[in-house]
Amino acid sequence: MNLSRAARWVLRGATWLGLAFLYTPLIVVAVLSFNTATSLSWPPKGLTLDWWRKAWKVDGPSDALVNSLQVAVVATIIALLLGTLAAFAMQRFTFFGRSSLSFLLVLPIALPGIVTAVALQNSFSRTIDLGLFEFRIGFGFHSLVIAHATFCVVVAYNNVIARLRRSSANLLEASADLGAHASQTFRLVTFPLVRSALLAGGILAFALSFDEIIVTTFTAGSGFETLPQWIFANISRPNNVPLVNVMATFVMLVSIPLAWMAQRLSDGDGIGTGR
Amino acid sequence: MSERTPVGGHSAPLRGVNRLFRRHRRLGLAALLTPPVFWLVVIYIASLGLLIGAAMFRLDPRSHKPTTELTTENLRTAFTDWDFVNVVVRSVFVAATVTVLCLVIALPMAFYISKIAKPWARRGLIVAVLMPLWAGYLVKGYAWKAMLRPASKFGIDKDGGFLASVFGWTPGFGMVAVILALTYLWLPYMVLPIYAGLDRLPPSLLDASGDLGARPLRTFRSVIVPMLVPSIAAGSIFTFSLSLGDYIVPKVVTEGKIRLLGNLIESTLLAPNQPLAAAFTLWPLMIIITYLIGMKRLGAFESL
Amino acid sequence: MTTSSKRARWGVALLSSLALVAAACGSDAKSAATTAVPATAAPTTAAPADTQAPADTQAPAGTEAPAETEAPAGTEAPAATDAPAGTDAPAGTEVPGATDYHWTPDAGVLAGAEGQVNLIAWAGYVEDGSNDAAYDWVTPFQDLTGCKVNTKLGNTSDEMVQLMQSGEYDGVSASGDATNRLIVGGDVVAIDTAKLPSYADVFDGLKLKPWNSVDGKPFGMPHGRGANLLVYNTEAFAESAPDSWGVLFTSGNPSDGAVSVYDSPIYIADAALYLMATQPDLGITNPYALDQAQFDAAIALLDQQKALVGQYWGVYTDQQAALEGGTVLAGTTWQVIVNLAKANGATIDAVKPVEGATGWSDTWMIAAKAANPNCMYLWMDWIASPWANAMVAEWFGEAPANSKSCGLTSDPEHCATYHADDEAFWTDVWYWQTATEECVDGRTDTKCVPYTEWVNAWNKLRA
Repeated sequence: MNLSRAARWVLRGATWLGLAFLYTPLIVVAVLSFNTATSLSWPPKGLTLDWWRKAWKVDGPSDALVNSLQVAVVATIIALLLGTLAAFAMQRFTFFGRSSLSFLLVLPIALPGIVTAVALQNSFSRTIDLGLFEFRIGFGFHSLVIAHATFCVVVAYNNVIARLRRSSANLLEASADLGAHASQTFRLVTFPLVRSALLAGGILAFALSFDEIIVTTFTAGSGFETLPQWIFANISRPNNVPLVNVMATFVMLVSIPLAWMAQRLSDGDGIGTGR
Repeated sequence: MSERTPVGGHSAPLRGVNRLFRRHRRLGLAALLTPPVFWLVVIYIASLGLLIGAAMFRLDPRSHKPTTELTTENLRTAFTDWDFVNVVVRSVFVAATVTVLCLVIALPMAFYISKIAKPWARRGLIVAVLMPLWAGYLVKGYAWKAMLRPASKFGIDKDGGFLASVFGWTPGFGMVAVILALTYLWLPYMVLPIYAGLDRLPPSLLDASGDLGARPLRTFRSVIVPMLVPSIAAGSIFTFSLSLGDYIVPKVVTEGKIRLLGNLIESTLLAPNQPLAAAFTLWPLMIIITYLIGMKRLGAFESL
Repeated sequence: MTTSSKRARWGVALLSSLALVAAACGSDAKSAATTAVPATAAPTTAAPADTQAPADTQAPAGTEAPAETEAPAGTEAPAATDAPAGTDAPAGTEVPGATDYHWTPDAGVLAGAEGQVNLIAWAGYVEDGSNDAAYDWVTPFQDLTGCKVNTKLGNTSDEMVQLMQSGEYDGVSASGDATNRLIVGGDVVAIDTAKLPSYADVFDGLKLKPWNSVDGKPFGMPHGRGANLLVYNTEAFAESAPDSWGVLFTSGNPSDGAVSVYDSPIYIADAALYLMATQPDLGITNPYALDQAQFDAAIALLDQQKALVGQYWGVYTDQQAALEGGTVLAGTTWQVIVNLAKANGATIDAVKPVEGATGWSDTWMIAAKAANPNCMYLWMDWIASPWANAMVAEWFGEAPANSKSCGLTSDPEHCATYHADDEAFWTDVWYWQTATEECVDGRTDTKCVPYTEWVNAWNKLRA
């Protein structure tokens, strides 16, 4: 499209302003993690590495980090499994209720977190009587995994279905014509096709679970703390603010390569990011 | 694909399964569909159903536990009390404003990244937009509180936050703060689908529009925007619904002064008055489902 | 190999290494947790989830019998695994240089210790030294009993009731506005004081009160009491220090627009208390017994207060930060917040105003379905024991429950300052309590506004 120089400059300016908007708070947090004072006022009073040193010695954040990683990994695996199955069903078949399925998948993420949180807390705390036996899901690691997997499914689904839409059905037919069994077609054609989409979806689902706080607050139960919960418990303690800044900066730095990879892997698939 | 494995060499039972699935397509469908549908319906839809049901019970005023006695009082309170309806109206206003602001900021950004920036810079720019999503939600919320802090004559240190000391001005902890912080948090969710939508737009289409004599603005209005509707709708699902239900950031950046729908639900739930909280959740449930149906019509679900 | 599959491999490697790290750390954590369990827990630990029972039969069957024989082993085992220091200084024995905790765990209960306890507590009630290394009564407890303490902070009494209803916790530090709801709801059970040696040392003024007993049966271990205070910035109020709640309710003060209010329906009582002193014709005699007209007057006052408010605080640290930052210049507070903010250099002071104050008298209660009843019993006994109770009273800034604590506080005047045994002082402190339809001030000619309506009114006010 032929745009005037002025128009190009305006658009470029708007983009850089937008990026400045996105990055200013992050830079402020990163800089304040080196602040000698514990306050959040600007400019920092002086620079020190003390908080970074201290963060490695305290147990709380590292335990919470491990808990978060565990929940996110298991929830991501479940979400990938369910999302992939749904995507294949949607792509290959027409069936009754097909258009409601995408609605069903997107609902857990589109509904406000507090609704999902209240609904799941309510049902996890109930004792369900099935006549033969009764059970109660209860709270803990497993309830967090169930809750997180539920709203992560859509991310996996989006990535896989976007890839399937772009790839021709002819490939599968060709494979069948060449005499391949369904399982061979899957192993040799379909899986390599969606592999990178799975990874991209997996990374996004992981990020989603890793940062979740609202549903987590209501479904975690006692004695199990994720990193966002630890941050929430400490971020408003004036003396711990710099420690939280350190953890936040650390997680951001670690996430840059992951974000980069997720984007490369899903190139052109549409985003499929979600929350 | 460089590797090729010769066909065959499978064990007999596996071949049997294969044949079974090929002959009975329905069986294949069932195998694919059962796990995700079972999970979502049994865990999620059933939970939502239970929640709606919970709104129908009376609260025991002495123990603050739901009784088994049925009542419509909670629904009446949630839907006819003007004070509460007011909160809903305010929350929808905030969510809509945030969505529009995100759109206004995201459109030029996405357009620049996708159509004007040098190809090699594109990926870097889009990752730059994506990266803030990985910084913790809470950290970003509190970062805004810190940035918005006004200077005070009486504090331990009298300097204000970033805005007050760099620009000499801060909107303080009010409605502007909520809208600003929420716009900030959800902006990437708007940029990315629009970028993806623009990326799918064939350049030849824009050239054709130009060749037919349309000025850039006309091309933008008559060609680009209509084709971007599904992407914008997809992005707006995130910005709108995430803003509508948030309660932590509004509380943090207003020092608890402004309450949105999420805060109302949270405080009622912790009262504890579970039946009334459940009745309040019907509001976002209805609003979001209506919104999703509208967005689905616009093709949002293909562009998520 | 194509570049895309190369990339994919990288991804797989990264994700699986993350998973590995998580798994490895996880098993570490788990093994650490298991070693913390006392070796003797074996036969009696299996306290089933449904141990709730009348107070006297509380102990899971069998606790008593093996206790005698296993107790000595029990006291040493956890200490040995958890902290070497503990072995050197078992409770009650004088070892030079070691702290004397003035507490020996009840042997019978200790034998059944489950290895952990899940508590709901007010901020400052369960300190493990992370706020101030000198204030740590969690680590000694863990060393002495092998019960790992997990704490969930409750920001309001309402939240604590909600958390207790979830059935996930072993016990709670409940204020008087939570206790009755928990008792009526069957979420907590009566205690067996025979298993709580510290109970005998508790001030009589705190025992068998309406908020912690039913028909003469105690429903928990008293923790301590205190008043909600008026905090103000001493620089902003340099000319004259305030001594009335009027600062928070009327305009024309240095704190206008910078008032900090507790974000809970129970705060309606604070407005009622102020009206009780300033508008006697309303006839309020108890801020928790408000008929409709009195209640409406309180709400009207709060509505008018909105223009002065700069913060509604729910989490105590939010108020602390605002006091330090000087964005809040007056408000309703707890002593512990004042202590923390002052330690960071905030120029503030707190006072019990002339109108009197709302306050709290807290009780540790055990959940009806406690999964770790023995550890909970040990905790209740510990927190009310002389040394631990002195620590918590000084840290939080409240009057201790244990009469022997007064000799153990680092400030010898602590009990006098906080009027621990001075019943006259407490006559104008209105402990939090749940408003019910039957007026709690004894009036029978009218109906009072029940607490569920307080909640609704507060939500509407804040909407």
